[in-house]
Amino acid sequence: MTTMFSGASNLAEGVDRAFIFIFATAFIFLIGIVALIIYILIHFSRKKNKSPQQFSGNTKLEIIWTVVPLILVLIMFYYGWVGFSPMRKVPADAMQIKAIGKMWEWNFDYGNGKISKDLVVPLNRNVKMNLYSADVNHSLFIPAFRVKEDVIPGYNNYLWFRPISKGTFDIFCTEYCGLAHSGMTAKVIVVDSLEFNKWLADLKVAASGPEHPGLAIIKANACLTCHSLDGTKIIGPSLKGIYGTKRTVVTNNTEREVVADDEYIKRSILDPNADVVKGFNKGLMQSYKETLKAEDIDKIVDYFKTAGGQK
Amino acid sequence: MNNPSPTAPLNFLNHKTGLWSWLSSTDHKRIGLLYLYAITTFFLSAAVLGLLMKIEKVAPGETIMTAQTYNAMFTLHGIIMIFIVVIPGLAAVFGNIMLPIMIGAKDVAFPKLNLFSFYVYITGACLGLYSQFAHGHSPDTGWTFYVPYSAEASSNVVIALTAAFTLGFASILTGLNFIVTIHRMRAPGMTWFRMPLFPWSLYATAWIQLLATPVVGITLLMVIAERTLHIGFFDPALGGDPVLYQHLFWIYSHPAVYVMILPAMGVVTEIFPTFSQKPVFGYLPIVFSSLAIALVGYFVWGHHMFTSGMSYESRWFFSFLTFLVAIPSAIKVFNWLSTMYGGSVDLQPPLLYAISFIFLFTIGGFTGLTLGSVATDIQVHNTDFVVAHFHYIIFGGMGFGFFAGMHYWYPKIYGRMYNIRWANIGWGILFTGFNLLYFPMFIMGIQGMPRRYFDYDPKFQLGQTISTIGAIILFTGLITMISNLIYHVRRGAIAPANPWHGVTLEWQIPSPPPHENFDEIPVITRDPYVFDNPYTK
Repeated sequence: MTTMFSGASNLAEGVDRAFIFIFATAFIFLIGIVALIIYILIHFSRKKNKSPQQFSGNTKLEIIWTVVPLILVLIMFYYGWVGFSPMRKVPADAMQIKAIGKMWEWNFDYGNGKISKDLVVPLNRNVKMNLYSADVNHSLFIPAFRVKEDVIPGYNNYLWFRPISKGTFDIFCTEYCGLAHSGMTAKVIVVDSLEFNKWLADLKVAASGPEHPGLAIIKANACLTCHSLDGTKIIGPSLKGIYGTKRTVVTNNTEREVVADDEYIKRSILDPNADVVKGFNKGLMQSYKETLKAEDIDKIVDYFKTAGGQK
Repeated sequence: MNNPSPTAPLNFLNHKTGLWSWLSSTDHKRIGLLYLYAITTFFLSAAVLGLLMKIEKVAPGETIMTAQTYNAMFTLHGIIMIFIVVIPGLAAVFGNIMLPIMIGAKDVAFPKLNLFSFYVYITGACLGLYSQFAHGHSPDTGWTFYVPYSAEASSNVVIALTAAFTLGFASILTGLNFIVTIHRMRAPGMTWFRMPLFPWSLYATAWIQLLATPVVGITLLMVIAERTLHIGFFDPALGGDPVLYQHLFWIYSHPAVYVMILPAMGVVTEIFPTFSQKPVFGYLPIVFSSLAIALVGYFVWGHHMFTSGMSYESRWFFSFLTFLVAIPSAIKVFNWLSTMYGGSVDLQPPLLYAISFIFLFTIGGFTGLTLGSVATDIQVHNTDFVVAHFHYIIFGGMGFGFFAGMHYWYPKIYGRMYNIRWANIGWGILFTGFNLLYFPMFIMGIQGMPRRYFDYDPKFQLGQTISTIGAIILFTGLITMISNLIYHVRRGAIAPANPWHGVTLEWQIPSPPPHENFDEIPVITRDPYVFDNPYTK
């Protein structure tokens, strides 16, 4: 339980206070209820007590056990509210960072093309995270800071915090987003402001040349959900450097070797189950005949040819 | 329990024989048993999926299955358990078998509609399974089908919603049937407040089924309109709002939680007086708390969405309403304890399950308050804490309530008795396994372990391993309990008509009940829980 009481942001104290009040109340009641049950089972067991009393109600007791829990839950509500309300009041001087969630990684955009995979923030500085989704719902969760907010396409969600201790903490995605949901993690690294400034100055500007139109089409049609660009095996084979290579495919239940040429790539898009790369399952990919125009497919082929499917 | 029971008179189990006589029966008791067998089958298959998931998580990284398989398993586990097992569950099984008998009727108001609802249910269950395998696409959306992920996955969200609606339709028809039965068919002299409390809980449940389920239908129509006419309701690419989907989903699915738990509360409310030989404490407060839960339960769905980007005002307002719904549950717990207090308490298996219900439901309830408070929900939302909480409520509450009812009414339904010792042993294993499985998930959740995670940080290893061991123990307990019950259906000792010395109407007729329950409709002249000649005297 040590992690619970070592909040690393200004918001943790309010949240933890609500936790402690609810758990303390729960603990006292649970002990009381269990003790009463044990007492009843021993004292009023049929072996000992052959003459059950026949009372069937008591208005005074009913009022007590309606009013006392009501007061307690109103206090709980109050603690929950005051712990939460500062989370929605972002200080005007907060530094703004854009968090981009996409299947299945986080990118933290510091502006001016400076993008980092981990979230580096200066100690004791207010930070506002603007949450942006590139595809489906995600959720940015930093347990040590007690903050979480969903990252939803089309929504301008946000959260903020002020880190109060240095260190490295977990970031999780907590809205189910598909195959590698549990791999969509990152780190928050809290450093002092001098160190932060140096780190930011050294952060390389992401290569921002115009994207190959073929790659843009690949991204827009969510091909990368199943096919990686970096050689990783996901649901389908990776697209990295495939053009011109020899591929072992299964055609009508027989294995054969083909070369990944224009024809092969087009066939894989239009009739994906005709030649299935060995080791992968048939039937998972649908034809893109209705979705992609012929010129789009040409652009994709050109992307593989020229960029080689490498980043 | 050694009274020789007359075996000669025909009862509902043997007055007609053959498979067809069961599949076409409009007898409420036979329909209840059809539901029981269907639900048990689905329950065990989904429980196996749960066990496999826990074995996968015994250590970080891949152990026995891939991430894709894991995601498919938690989706199927959720869909089967929620829509096919738990929502119909108690009302369809014990509601059907016991409601007409407990109010002194020969059947429900619309017996043919009742049989029809069963087949609608089976159709919905098949559609639900089909939705997950249609288009050769394995299921991986989670049981909540959140857009836009579910929309991109393939078109199976339409079939899945159709399944939810079909199952919901069976639920509406059962609810309607029960409401009319309770209004119109109570025995002469049984005024509203002479009605036993299990029928009262079914009455409150039936109104939720009737009023909340149509929302699924609306959602389905909107999804279909979006797909075919490209009207942007939910899909951001068409200008729609993904959060609107979450609202509509939870407007139905939150009240559905009370459809699950209210009948279980009704079952244990029958068990406490019988095994204490003492009237229910606070009959009216229990009735009104059931109605209050049904009413307030409609207005708390937003607590599933505290992190969705809802406005500040709606977050604290839904939090406030959520805390109010805790009060009627607390009132029930205190009344149950007071029912036993001063009684002559006989700790038989049904009472053992009913007492565990109180314990597990209280833990589930208090952790529910943690989720209702906005500040703490922000931390534990969508973590293992939530998974632990709803398994304490649904499995510890509805599940243990169901097991309590099964052990309570078993001798009435089958006219035979299970082995008490094995029932107690099964309970012990189940209860131990349950707490080992789910309690560590509270702690891991607070520490930040997200739910629906195939893989996890090694710092969670200890909790995950304990949880896996708990799952294996729990499953052993389930098998022990169910084997004992199945084995004694034919081989158990003959049970007398009233083995527990209950006072409600079902205990006044033979076991198993005759085809039409009563030769002569009883006339009710007094309150339901009068023990004027307790067994112990």
